[in-house]
Amino acid sequence: MSFIKSKFRHPRLPVNDLGLTYRDYEGALSTLCAGCGHDSITSAIVQSCHELSIEPSNVAKLSGIGCSSKAPNYFLNKAHGFNSVHGRMPSVATGANLANQELLYLAMSGDGDSASIGFGQFAHVVRRQLNMVYMVANNGVYGLTKGQLAATADKGVKNKAGDLSLFTDIDLCVMALQLGASFVARSFSGDKQQLVPLLKAAMSHKGFAFIDIISPCVTFNNHAGSTRSYDYVHDHVTTGAVADFVPIKTEITSSGESGECGDVCLHDGSIMRIQKLMPEYDSTNASQAIMDIEKNKQEGKILTGLFYLEPTANDFHEINNTNDTPLNKLNQDTLCPGNRVLTGINDSFR
Amino acid sequence: MTDITINTNTEAGDNITAENHLVNEFVVRFANTNGTGSASANNMFAKAILRMGIPVSAKNIFPSNIQGMPTWYEVRISEKNYLGRRGGKSELVVAMNAQSIDEDIDSVKTGGYLLYDSSRALQESQMRADINFIGMPISTICLKEYSDPRQRQLFKNVIYVGALAALLNMDFTLLKGLVRDQFKGKEKLITPNVYALELGYQYAKEHVLCPLSIRVETRDLVNNRILVDGNTATGLGAVFGGATVVGWYPITPSTSVIEKFASYCHRLRIDPATGKKNYAIVQVEDELAAIGVAIGAGWNGARAFTATSGPGVSLMTEFLGLAYFTEIPMVLVNVQRSGPSTGMPTRTQQSDIIACAYASHGDTKQVLLFPESPTECFELTAQAFDIAEQLQTPIIVMSDLDLGMNDHLTEEFSWQDDKAYQKGKVLSAKQLDEVEVFGRYLDVDDDGICYRTLPGTHPNKGAYFNRGTSRNHFAGYTEKSADYVDNMDRLSKKLVNAINFLPVPEIKQGKKNAQLGLIFFGTTSHPIVEAVEQLKEQGLIADSLRIKAFPFHQNIEKFIEEHSLNNKQVFIIEQNRDAQMKSLIVNELQIDPNKLASILQFDGLPVTSDFIVEAVLTQLANNQKNKKTG
Repeated sequence: MSFIKSKFRHPRLPVNDLGLTYRDYEGALSTLCAGCGHDSITSAIVQSCHELSIEPSNVAKLSGIGCSSKAPNYFLNKAHGFNSVHGRMPSVATGANLANQELLYLAMSGDGDSASIGFGQFAHVVRRQLNMVYMVANNGVYGLTKGQLAATADKGVKNKAGDLSLFTDIDLCVMALQLGASFVARSFSGDKQQLVPLLKAAMSHKGFAFIDIISPCVTFNNHAGSTRSYDYVHDHVTTGAVADFVPIKTEITSSGESGECGDVCLHDGSIMRIQKLMPEYDSTNASQAIMDIEKNKQEGKILTGLFYLEPTANDFHEINNTNDTPLNKLNQDTLCPGNRVLTGINDSFR
Repeated sequence: MTDITINTNTEAGDNITAENHLVNEFVVRFANTNGTGSASANNMFAKAILRMGIPVSAKNIFPSNIQGMPTWYEVRISEKNYLGRRGGKSELVVAMNAQSIDEDIDSVKTGGYLLYDSSRALQESQMRADINFIGMPISTICLKEYSDPRQRQLFKNVIYVGALAALLNMDFTLLKGLVRDQFKGKEKLITPNVYALELGYQYAKEHVLCPLSIRVETRDLVNNRILVDGNTATGLGAVFGGATVVGWYPITPSTSVIEKFASYCHRLRIDPATGKKNYAIVQVEDELAAIGVAIGAGWNGARAFTATSGPGVSLMTEFLGLAYFTEIPMVLVNVQRSGPSTGMPTRTQQSDIIACAYASHGDTKQVLLFPESPTECFELTAQAFDIAEQLQTPIIVMSDLDLGMNDHLTEEFSWQDDKAYQKGKVLSAKQLDEVEVFGRYLDVDDDGICYRTLPGTHPNKGAYFNRGTSRNHFAGYTEKSADYVDNMDRLSKKLVNAINFLPVPEIKQGKKNAQLGLIFFGTTSHPIVEAVEQLKEQGLIADSLRIKAFPFHQNIEKFIEEHSLNNKQVFIIEQNRDAQMKSLIVNELQIDPNKLASILQFDGLPVTSDFIVEAVLTQLANNQKNKKTG
């Protein structure tokens, strides 16, 4: 592994609408293990942002603690980032979003960060309908502390040291569906074809977008018997529908065979084109999605893809009725009522 | 049955006698059951005294409970302007709670009065011979006058306030006017309330020789002062200070800070054109999230705060360390209560000094402000947002339950319209274009305070990764010892320079050579005025110093040195068990602990002047003894 990132840029690298190349969306060199699933997620984020022509400096990257939470350092180095404390990214994201609703909030968390220490914060940020993309790099294991089982590890599996996962596993997608997220999906870090359209749709969606990304840990959870290894996930992954992302400016052509394909218009005008693979699939029905996830799990399969999408849901600021001008841009004249107002207030205390 | 027993055979001296009228200088204590609406009636009484131009203060001594437990409300009326809790027994006790009646009878000063509900007769054994019993069949009156059970309960309180008006010679017209003001907009309530006042007033007039020997007389001593609680002032200060983002979790006694902030925002912060909010308040899942919200918003350039009390501070300490280390401005209001753990959640204390000064693991230091009055709650909270942005660090406003939840007579609020918010070192896009090199942690001005940038400012420059891990000047992760030490030293330097941004100690020094120096902070200033006078009567001249902020100003050291010479004695008065402020002074200023005598009151009630004076005299006597034997 090289520790110096090449600054060389090929002159014919494709540019997007902003005139930026893929390289303009990269971050610092990853210090994660070679082959780490998280690096594939990073690369999918870079690709998604580049293809969507997102202004890098209009993104705020947020994370908690853990291998997953290091990842924001490895993409979008022109964006501000906030690596907070363990399990508390959701509250920091909430404050940041309340202060300025104009940025795109990309948050990266892990299974320990969201399903254990930060389970409460995760649940409540979902409820709040914060307009953000919340990604969990889910590998079922604690990487930075070397291999302890996470709460997302399937009950009954063993970690590398041979310890058994004794307790009920937590499915964060099911939680997000129950708690009212308006966009819920699961993907696999090894399947960019599925992940990139989901990421793009999540970024275009207004409201709380949750993506659980199975991201194998090559060092501590890639052994036989693990249900989060590359091999296991490859062999057991399934999907209810193929979702493709069609950007705003693309001309919409007829969706083809009726009943099999459906278009969902996202907040910004782009389209999520969904091709059903399972007859019961319904992206507008959260309870159905929960049942599908559970059913596949019982059959030993990992269901991925877009589970639920409610494109017209209100986000926090709509619920709160916040002014359209970001709160961090309001000036003193707007914020401070001034001495004159105090006369009346003082009189109310006499 | 005779309801009224006026005992005339009381002892003379300090006590009240029929001949010796006590005007505008006494305490009325109300004993009620909580959840019965007594607080607003008692408050009406206090406000009526205020409107008569007489200085007044009120202390609500309430349980951690919603309904059915004993609660007390003490109103001190003092034309000498002694507005701290007086302590001792009261001249007049209004006993409306059968549960606490024995205790309440006992709390009357010899020669004083007990106004009680005689619908149920007191036992012979309860009739103290040295006090006057004024029985009034309040429940019976209510039963006769009202049919609705809630009204029967509520108007009991108004009836005794009407009776007090007659007994204490209050301006009854003014009292009725107050009712009209209080129920403005709810006109339907005015007539029945005024009627209830009349019931009490007339009953007292007919059955008791009014006024009593304790009474009030109209004065003009209130001037510009207002009667308000500290939490209201803090919430208002946050509005004026420009706070827009709040994350919070309810906890007594801080809850009303946010509630008042919300209600003032609702009045003053709605965009007139769109009807939309120029603020966002989220009640979050816990205190960890509450401070997380404030930190996220502070990082993103909004003025943000949260309010909590002891247990909340404990939960917030990890985040306080992050905000200190990553240098994020935000304001935390800590309305202190009695700890540790749940402690006495509805009683006051100043016992989070050390927990806040060094909040979080590792080498940390936080900036603290100590308001003494609602006026200062307003001013220092507003100012805290400036200081937070100037220093790029959390500012903790150290209020307490007494200050926050009780009504205090305080200077009216004022604001300088020409004073601009101080936003500190934040680079704009244009400035970023002008600087050659941007490093988030480059100490360009050599004051320990670096330049920060906000997300979304510039397309190519100024972005950095904010992190709780060690970093170099350019916010890059590093584990190099030299980089780490450099950063920690700079943070230390910043906190030393913080003194230039903080309010200076308030020193009151007489012309004559003082024998004593009194150091205190926060609400302890209320009884100090009285204590200094009491000491003067004993021939002891005391200078005083009120601490307003931490890190400490060098004047504190100077004051201690000057008042330790030539057999002088310095006292530190605190409302905690462990002399936390003393420890902090000794630790931070390298003062010899033997120079500082502690006066510690931590029973959950506001410290009194009597307590302070007694402690001073005892210490001085001990000093004398030691000198003789030593």
